Amino acid sequence: MRRRRSFLLPGGEKVAEGRMRGPALCPTARAREPLLAEFIRFDRITKFYGPLCVVENLDLGIGKGEFVSLLGPSGSGKTTLLMMLAGFEQPTSGTILVDGQAVNDVPTHKRDMGVVFQSYALFPHMTVGENIAFPLEMRGLGKAEIADRVTRALDMVQLSAMRERRPAQLSGGQQQRVALARALVFEPRVVLMDEPLGALDKQLREQMQLDIRDLHRRLGLTIVFVTHDQSEALTMSDRVAVFNKGKIEQIGTPRQVYDEPATRFVAEFIGETNLIEGVVARISGGEAAVRLASGAEIVSAVSGGVAEGATVYLSVRPERIELAEARNAAHNCLETEVTDSVYQGDHLRVELAAGSHPLIAKLGRRSREFEPGTKVFAAFSAGDCRVIAPPDGQRQAAAS
Amino acid sequence: MSARASRTGRSLFLLAPLLLFLAGFFVWPLFSMMSQAVSDTAVLRLLPQSAEVLAGWDRKSPPTPEMQTALIADLKAVEDTQALGDMVRRLNSARSGFRTLMSKTTSALSDEADPPADLVSIDKRWERPEFWLAIADALSPLTDRNLLAAVDLGRNADGEIEHLPADQSVNRVILVRTFWISALVTFACIAIGYPYAIIAASLSGWKRDVMLAAVLLPLWTSLLVRTAAWFILLQEQGLINDVLQMLGLTSGPVQLIFNRTGVVIAMTHVLLPFMVLPIYSVLITIPKNLMPAAASLGAHPLRAFLRVLLPLSLRGVAAGSLLVFISAIGYYITPALIGGPGDQMISSIIAFYAIGSANWGMAGALGVVLLAATLVLYSVYARLSADEPGRR
Repeated sequence: MRRRRSFLLPGGEKVAEGRMRGPALCPTARAREPLLAEFIRFDRITKFYGPLCVVENLDLGIGKGEFVSLLGPSGSGKTTLLMMLAGFEQPTSGTILVDGQAVNDVPTHKRDMGVVFQSYALFPHMTVGENIAFPLEMRGLGKAEIADRVTRALDMVQLSAMRERRPAQLSGGQQQRVALARALVFEPRVVLMDEPLGALDKQLREQMQLDIRDLHRRLGLTIVFVTHDQSEALTMSDRVAVFNKGKIEQIGTPRQVYDEPATRFVAEFIGETNLIEGVVARISGGEAAVRLASGAEIVSAVSGGVAEGATVYLSVRPERIELAEARNAAHNCLETEVTDSVYQGDHLRVELAAGSHPLIAKLGRRSREFEPGTKVFAAFSAGDCRVIAPPDGQRQAAAS
Repeated sequence: MSARASRTGRSLFLLAPLLLFLAGFFVWPLFSMMSQAVSDTAVLRLLPQSAEVLAGWDRKSPPTPEMQTALIADLKAVEDTQALGDMVRRLNSARSGFRTLMSKTTSALSDEADPPADLVSIDKRWERPEFWLAIADALSPLTDRNLLAAVDLGRNADGEIEHLPADQSVNRVILVRTFWISALVTFACIAIGYPYAIIAASLSGWKRDVMLAAVLLPLWTSLLVRTAAWFILLQEQGLINDVLQMLGLTSGPVQLIFNRTGVVIAMTHVLLPFMVLPIYSVLITIPKNLMPAAASLGAHPLRAFLRVLLPLSLRGVAAGSLLVFISAIGYYITPALIGGPGDQMISSIIAFYAIGSANWGMAGALGVVLLAATLVLYSVYARLSADEPGRR
């Protein structure tokens, strides 16, 4: 399929040719420090639907001009949080502050937030032009100015030719761009997006991700973006908040949530990982020695919250594992046997067995082939490995 | 090709019961009703010989002996006195004086002892062409008399269309009243049914089921039972008046029955499902997120309703209004039981002609007027809904 040019940059010159996909390849620009000035604050927000608690005592701050993704599986409370920010839902308790003002009692139509819905929510009885003019008419702008701003918004999403069409006559991607133009045309102070790319095919979705990211950078928009697609969140966001069961498991830059997962849920939800169970034998100088059930010991980077003797998980990303024929003293080394090897184009996926424990390694495409049954050493440095403390309940269970 | 033919044959076979039913119980009665309105055989049936002779008459000159002989022969052959009465009534309505002329003539003809030589010898009036002209005109098997009379028009002696005198002009008043009551009922149904449908469509689960069941309940109850129930509720010592007086809203009983108010209340109740259901079915196809979207774009709930929900649901309102209005103009039992003499609708008049006075011609003609009004309304609706914006 032909790649569509960016709709924001007529020449498409800003869009780099080599597209950054994996967070491992992410440029350092991504790690830009968040929270320039706090603009939105969720203060101890709790939301019940009947007896069901969907958001539990949640705190979250979002900076002005920041792109924050709310990432999590369905039912984790991320969309509910967005709906509360938009004013479609009321929190059961807690306060939402925007620009220092509590907005709990402000009705949706006075919140000045552009919302892009997953199903577009375009008005079927209006043309594309009328849809985009709608928020401007509601604000009582003059006819000439409305026409002018609609023209510019349509130029921005490269849909000028579709002005007189009705939404039903457009493709899904075009409808999504109309929805985007409609949410941006009145220059809202926050743009909320609820899985806006969910209905698009993969190629279009990736293009739209880059387009929205460019839009964010150029216009300095504050964007809250809900998604269940981890690669989407990593590609676009300044910070990612990982949701699980109504709580935020971890919030940080894409690099942080990928490389330094705080919990087992984050490690497993974002990307693929190897989780190895063991007991902490020693802790010294930011490194922990963890003894596995097989008796082998692994040295891993560790942050606070882990005590000696605790049962923990080790998380090792598959692409950080190297396979070597001889033991290498500088690395953690596990003696393994290849059980399967799959060529996947851009990488070679090797499945290993370390004793009874399965491991997965992703090797560069220049790697040699590994026949099943080959004995190899899986090597990785202490820095490529994270100790994940089990949640409180599990820790106690492990201690008893 | 033969496979397709056999498939078509099979389809027709399966459809045969439906087609036969429609032909036997819908198309044929409709056709016969309409033909009753324009057929006029009361005279032709009894005067077959005169018809042949009169066909050659120049409609101006005095009657020839052949014409008189033929009429005498026809009249002598008549045995059915009721048919004779019909014919005399028919002729008298075209030319007054026929009643006395005919009774004089028939009694003279039945006098076996002294049979008259010709008609003129019985009564001088038979010499005048006007009477023969009336017979000649009445011999035509088709007539527009009933259709014209249905809208208070008639033909004068010269055959021109003119208004009937005021004492004969009730149909138009009743037609206007029928449309007016139907319009009132339609508006009442919109006023109640539209918000009701919006609320029902916005709910889910058992609450929606209860609301729909409540509106469907009247459909599952006999019309007579519902009307009788309103009879009890609306009467002077009825539930509604008791409550009104208990609340101190009125000092004495309010007249709710045997007047227009009662008719509109009862008809609105009965016809409400036909308004609620089409609107509801349109509303549930409108995506749920359009109103939140409008709100997020800065639209006050009322403006969001006027700009988004109302235009999108108008198709349902139009369909519901059409159903209610068309059903209402044919209403009979409810106005007959709940209404006063000034609230009778066109169906009561049709029933009077059909059952009361056995004037099938007038009953048919009024039926045709009602059918024509319905078809006009429907074509307007079809034209409007074809241009409906936002249709896919």
